[in-house]
Amino acid sequence: MQTFCLEVSGDFACFTRPEMKVERVSYDVITPSAARAVFEAILWKPAIRWQVRRIEVLKPIRWINLRRNEVGGVVPAGAVKSAMKHGKGQLSLYVEEERQQRAGLFLRDVRYRLHADFEMLDNNSANNPVKFAEMFKRRASKGQCFNQPYLGTREFSCDFRLVEDAENIEIPAELQGRRELGWMLYDMDFTDANNPMPRFFQASMDDGVIQVPAWDSEEVRG
Amino acid sequence: MSLQHRYDFVLLFDVKDGNPNGDPDAGNLPRVDAETGQGLVTDVSLKRKVRNFIGLLKEEQPPYEIYVKEKAILNKQHERAYQAIPGGTELLAGDDKKRKGGDKVEEARQWMCHNFYDVRTFGAVMSTGVNCGQVRGPVQMTFARSVDPVIASEHSITRMAVATEKEAEKQDGDNRTMGRKFTVPYGLYVAHGFVSAHLADQTGFSDSDLELLWQALSNMFEHDRSAARGEMATRGLYVFKHDSKLGNAPAYSLFERVKAELKDKDSVPRSFSDYTVTVDADNLPNGVELLTLVD
Repeated sequence: MQTFCLEVSGDFACFTRPEMKVERVSYDVITPSAARAVFEAILWKPAIRWQVRRIEVLKPIRWINLRRNEVGGVVPAGAVKSAMKHGKGQLSLYVEEERQQRAGLFLRDVRYRLHADFEMLDNNSANNPVKFAEMFKRRASKGQCFNQPYLGTREFSCDFRLVEDAENIEIPAELQGRRELGWMLYDMDFTDANNPMPRFFQASMDDGVIQVPAWDSEEVRG
Repeated sequence: MSLQHRYDFVLLFDVKDGNPNGDPDAGNLPRVDAETGQGLVTDVSLKRKVRNFIGLLKEEQPPYEIYVKEKAILNKQHERAYQAIPGGTELLAGDDKKRKGGDKVEEARQWMCHNFYDVRTFGAVMSTGVNCGQVRGPVQMTFARSVDPVIASEHSITRMAVATEKEAEKQDGDNRTMGRKFTVPYGLYVAHGFVSAHLADQTGFSDSDLELLWQALSNMFEHDRSAARGEMATRGLYVFKHDSKLGNAPAYSLFERVKAELKDKDSVPRSFSDYTVTVDADNLPNGVELLTLVD
């Protein structure tokens, strides 16, 4: 299977740890789940599934702390339905009443190389891997995307570039050596769409490189 | 009519003797990147201004209602007739029970997009039993960053009155209080934004909505005057229009074409005229058109 490599970079990133998501704290590096979403922002069809294989960290891990005014409420679907039905109602959300100030510990100035391939879920004559591979290559090399990919949250959009030949990469000195990153979110399991379950893996970084196990392997636990 | 093109845009705005975006963590000092000294304005702050402008312009009537509001207009509790939207009667005409495979949440989502400008532009999260009850909007903005480091100055100000009688007694009728105010003497900020045609299809964000967005970005500061903001203005809005829905060039390669530089590198910027803004419109990638909406 052909592996594709995207180099992504951005000023900020927030790969929120699920245990600290009210006042968001990011993981040290991009999660396989967020990396998958970068590929999907460029190309995704129901017939394929992206599998991230390797993550290379090209910039030292730096942090920034930011506090923002956010709202705590979401659109109540019930009230919407009733307004739809009756043709009237009060639906707005007033920020003064729902205000929450939340700090976030975000990553700053990040650059990664993401290696991924896709597998076919529905292999018939209309869907062959070559078609999708070519489509992905064409889009990524032209800078085309379905929506601008982002690093964890949508305000932290990222630049992306398709790396076609194995260019040399320089891993910063402070990332050399082995570093345990602990249990990290692998991805959400959407088999039961109504109740997606998180899956985790034990991530470690060797000289800036994180090997990502296959989603169905032993190392990925629910 | 849905969008046929992807757009990437660069927004340049400046502030003079004002606080463009206070940091709640730092006692409302202007946001500053601690490592580089550049000023920051969050994406949500800019979106707030877009919402306020549209709310003002369209008087909060569907289909241009604003979902996330500031309570600027008190006592606005009258009921709204939500049928008065294009396609709304059709939506309402069908009996839910008879419709086959019609997901009510999906319907509610579409209906919200119809009525609320900010929902179809920026998206919203709907609380439903299903985890994915959300709308992703086509318009995405990043943090704005100042071209050069900014210095936050602190000003002490006095007030010739006090709030409570107790305070007045304490001061023996002197009745003066002091306050603090922060300003950035001058800052030119750059924000990047993206409009995805494919996500626009999903929320019904149309060409006329896009026109409104450009109008909002050009004029939003004109209607956001306050004691804290000082003088803020949009100084440039450069839109890269792609020929195709997916786009014809990487966004970053287009953004690099807009450069703002100090005329005299050793001077301290105090006005927009201290900067030269150059936009490299030569040899644009095939299928990319540059629209200069504010220059």
